Amino acid sequence: MPDSRLGKAVIASPLAIQGLTVSYDHRPVVHSVDFITPPGSMSAIIGPNGAGKSTLLKAALGITRRLSGEVRVFGRPLEQEMRHLAFVPQRSSIDWDFPARVIDVVGMGLYRDLRWWQFGARRLRRRAMESLARVGMEGFAERQIGQLSGGQQQRVFLARALVQEADITILDEPFAGVDAATEAAIIEVLKSLRDEGRTLLCVHHDLATVRDYFDHVLLMNVRRIAAGPVDEAFTEENLQATYGGRLSPVQLARLIESPIEVRKEEAGQ
Amino acid sequence: MSEFMMFSLVPLTIAIIISMTCALLGNFLVLRRQSLIGDAISHVALPGIVVSFLITGSLASLAMMLGAGVAALVTVVLIELIRRLGRVEGSAAMGVVFTSLFALGVLLLEWHGAGGVHLDVEHALYGNLESLIWFEGTGLAALFDPVALADLPPQLGRAAWVGLLVVAFVVVMRRPLVLASFDPDFAASLQARPALVDLLLVTLVAVAAIAAFEAVGSIIVIAMFICPAAAARLMTNRLGAQIAWSQGFAVAAAVAGYLLAGEAPRWLGFEASLSAAGMIATVAGIILLAACLFGPCRARSGSAQRG
Repeated sequence: MPDSRLGKAVIASPLAIQGLTVSYDHRPVVHSVDFITPPGSMSAIIGPNGAGKSTLLKAALGITRRLSGEVRVFGRPLEQEMRHLAFVPQRSSIDWDFPARVIDVVGMGLYRDLRWWQFGARRLRRRAMESLARVGMEGFAERQIGQLSGGQQQRVFLARALVQEADITILDEPFAGVDAATEAAIIEVLKSLRDEGRTLLCVHHDLATVRDYFDHVLLMNVRRIAAGPVDEAFTEENLQATYGGRLSPVQLARLIESPIEVRKEEAGQ
Repeated sequence: MSEFMMFSLVPLTIAIIISMTCALLGNFLVLRRQSLIGDAISHVALPGIVVSFLITGSLASLAMMLGAGVAALVTVVLIELIRRLGRVEGSAAMGVVFTSLFALGVLLLEWHGAGGVHLDVEHALYGNLESLIWFEGTGLAALFDPVALADLPPQLGRAAWVGLLVVAFVVVMRRPLVLASFDPDFAASLQARPALVDLLLVTLVAVAAIAAFEAVGSIIVIAMFICPAAAARLMTNRLGAQIAWSQGFAVAAAVAGYLLAGEAPRWLGFEASLSAAGMIATVAGIILLAACLFGPCRARSGSAQRG
């Protein structure tokens, strides 16, 4: 049972991070970060390189050891509720020469559904194919993963997460090194997940698309700078604090104005 | 026939079992780019055995295996320490640890002289495959004779048990093993315990290396952890097929190597025979060379764009 002393927001949240600290060699890379992911939200984690964004995700998933802090899934300790989470690591973190086909990689998402004496059931293969179809990769099932383009690799990773049918999907830079068409395709899939009531949490690098893609945002640079709905937290002041004043006024003006207004201005000029 | 039963059946069977066992584990070492760990562990078996001999004064198998096991453990810990404290790459730490420990083993051996006991560097490297004679193996009937079977060299039984253990490990743990080898972070997010899988894999590599060391020496072990699996990777892009190829290559190397060691010098007009272990390792290397030159899956067309 969830602890009765916890706030309602924590109990409702598929991933509530509280006071999370991670350090390498006595140097904190993530310092006492709080973020209660709102259920059904599409949240972005924003910050400069080396701000500890990926480390925060990995520590929140129990992949990297955390020094202190609590991670709760629907109010319960993370370790008991990991099945609610799906993780999409950075595409560049693995060796794509591994001897595996696309369908094999997607099948890895079904790990929890198979015991060691079972060889892949037909029902599970169908689930894997459905996930591939959802990212538009069903024609590549038998393809060796090393033969895929970067965008296709990222979609296979997304399909592997889809097959887990998790409440929250956590993605580490899903748009890194993919072309515009793939980015649009991925964001379509993510939005369809949100429309099903699922939650998405994404490390994101492109400040220009934050307003288009996400509804909540966590700005961090080792520490949490700000968090909340994009309209409230994604402000000039917070961005300057996050990036240490390294954003130019023109950049900021473009980001803070809603994109539609910017486009209107451009059209007017 | 009885000559084959007595002198060749046991060494050949042991060579095949050990080759297949090491090649099976080797598949995962090669995919994780950890091939060197097999090399490291089989090298440090020497100082382990020497120290255990210095302490116990006996060459009993149990003492030897314990010594080698402790040495393997010390190696893994030292590698991890150097990697973390020195912040160097894992393979660099491995290279430093196993060469130093092996050198230490050679020095200890020479310094002590080992008093004429059958323990020397050659023994450690090549093993004593040819000395595994089955005296009771006088004919086919011996295969069904309990008395004769009881006389089989004990190395055969040990090799068989280790082989079974490794096969059981790979079959039961195949999914966590593949997950941890392919994508450790994702494996951790599925609670597939990649760190535990790593530890079990290294432990079994040590067990296989030590069991093999006693019977066939470390040359075969090193060759078999790397060559058949690396050659198999060049033959196919499917993991299952890769494992099948590696097993085929291991058997081919063991059989061809053993027969060549006995026969090749005679073809050239010499009366002596060559070291079977050395010849098996050489054949494994030739198979790898052939796969490098002619294997169908040598191209790395779509390697990951780092970004």
